[in-house]
Amino acid sequence: MNDNSISTAITLPGAAAAENGGVSVQVRRHLGKSFELDVEATLPAGITILFGPSGAGKTTLLDCMAGLVRPDAGRIATQEKILFDSALGINLSPQLRRVGYVFQDLALFPHLTVKANVEYGLSRVGSEQRKQRSTAILESFRIAHLCSRRPGMISGGERQRVALARALVIDPAILLLDEPLAALDAVSKSKIVDDLRAWNQEHRVPIVYVTHSREEVFALGERVMVLENGRRVAQGTPHQVMSAPRMETVAQLAGFENIFDARVTAVHEERGTMVCQLSTSQVEMETPLVRAEVGSALRIGIRAGDILLASLPPAGLSARNVIPGRVVSLAQRDVIVVAKVNCGVEMEVHLTLAARDALHLQPGREVWLVVKTHSCHLMGIS
Amino acid sequence: MDCQAFWLTIRLSALVAAILLVVGLPVACWITYSNWRWKFLAEAVFALPIVLPPTVLGFYVLVALGPHSPLGRGWEALTGHTLAFTFEGLVVGSILYSFPFAVQPFAASFATVDPRLVAASHTLGASRLRTFFRVTLPLSVSGVVTGVALSFAHTMGEFGVVLMVGGNIPGVTRTVSIDIYDKVQAVNYSGANATAVVLLAISFATLSVVYGLNRRVWVWK
Repeated sequence: MNDNSISTAITLPGAAAAENGGVSVQVRRHLGKSFELDVEATLPAGITILFGPSGAGKTTLLDCMAGLVRPDAGRIATQEKILFDSALGINLSPQLRRVGYVFQDLALFPHLTVKANVEYGLSRVGSEQRKQRSTAILESFRIAHLCSRRPGMISGGERQRVALARALVIDPAILLLDEPLAALDAVSKSKIVDDLRAWNQEHRVPIVYVTHSREEVFALGERVMVLENGRRVAQGTPHQVMSAPRMETVAQLAGFENIFDARVTAVHEERGTMVCQLSTSQVEMETPLVRAEVGSALRIGIRAGDILLASLPPAGLSARNVIPGRVVSLAQRDVIVVAKVNCGVEMEVHLTLAARDALHLQPGREVWLVVKTHSCHLMGIS
Repeated sequence: MDCQAFWLTIRLSALVAAILLVVGLPVACWITYSNWRWKFLAEAVFALPIVLPPTVLGFYVLVALGPHSPLGRGWEALTGHTLAFTFEGLVVGSILYSFPFAVQPFAASFATVDPRLVAASHTLGASRLRTFFRVTLPLSVSGVVTGVALSFAHTMGEFGVVLMVGGNIPGVTRTVSIDIYDKVQAVNYSGANATAVVLLAISFATLSVVYGLNRRVWVWK
């Protein structure tokens, strides 16, 4: 966390107390008969990405932190105050928690103007200061010209910025963002991401950011926490969590288009590799060594973008896995071509338009798949 | 046409609608947001005036207002006269009679307000009361207007309760519907018709204005 210490060094001394202020969260909460949220985590100042399939309990966790849902047991506390403590019988109302919350559907007040929405949380501030603060944030989010419009009359990206401004203007001690950019196109998205990063640099408070998008994880995240079935299953930097996933749901989220059940057929400890046979096929692949015995079952994840396609049998390669197959189908998605290749199992391969044309690819054509040993990511079967 | 009866009816309806607006909002709030397990019983009681014959309701109101009930005696000690067969008694009876027509539209419209908006208001520091007046109520305008208009129109047309509780005292408890009944009893069909047409027109106009407003004016998108 080098950038943390740099930003600490250049901010004013008065802000130092809040500077290190994280929030510790330990909550248990039943939802219905079968689901239980049970999470324990310390979220330091800065952006923590909360990642996980829908129904994993992400929104419930945010609601607990905001005081909208009361946990059955646990404790939520910042450096300055205890927000919730079941043992001490403390449960601060949402009004007293100073939590900025951008809801998944934004929850802008449809009957109020943009300005009134942004000033909504400033009712206890003097009118002079209220005006000053709302003007400042409206300008910094480039929505000052929309002041007198209502949310129904502005675009999706503008609404998103209004919601963000409304949550930030109260100077929150914790910021919760529930998929705030899900509905946006890439350009508006990256602009808002920039705004948020700038704000994060100035105000070091814990920010919890829920997303499904890999791009957002890498663009924003200092840390990622993965939630599944109400439990924390992984935590670390985006790179740690996303590049070597041990859980299959993380793998799917992390963008492995190809996931196969496999069985270990040989272990070469001296070379740091293993050979695995993909189930329901004769295909054998060399993979990195993990602690596994011959015969044990595991899963292999391979990104479609990590596979090379050759139209002739390749020779003289460092890559250890060369598998013959036939093109089943080709489909264009944006600027990439998605090829399905049958080589005993069906593999998805991504290539550029130019590559497709240069190789004269078409369904039925014979091809060779090339996969590096370290492009095969191994996962345990949970 | 009996202008006195009309004036009396309109005064009664307006007063009842105004009181139900004040009393009905908190009750509707309670119905919408309470988690009390026996709430359904209270809801059933509130809805009773819709299904009870007005004579039944009127009868119990009359007994409750009479000199043998604590309420009637209390009122008498306070004002020197009984509640039954007075304009005030009529107001009390009409409030009960029109209660569900105000409260149910209120509660129905509160229930359609997105709970996330209420949650957003709370996280922005607004108290429950402030949230109600700044978010829930403005977004429920159509239901509130409907409730007020329905209770007004419903009170205009009431008959059984008025007859039981108020009797037929000109200028005090003789409303338009009683007046029409009197005229029919006296075989004055043309007089009855003249009054009935005006009542019909007022009721229709009230409801049209309400439905028209709900369609256009209160929509925020």
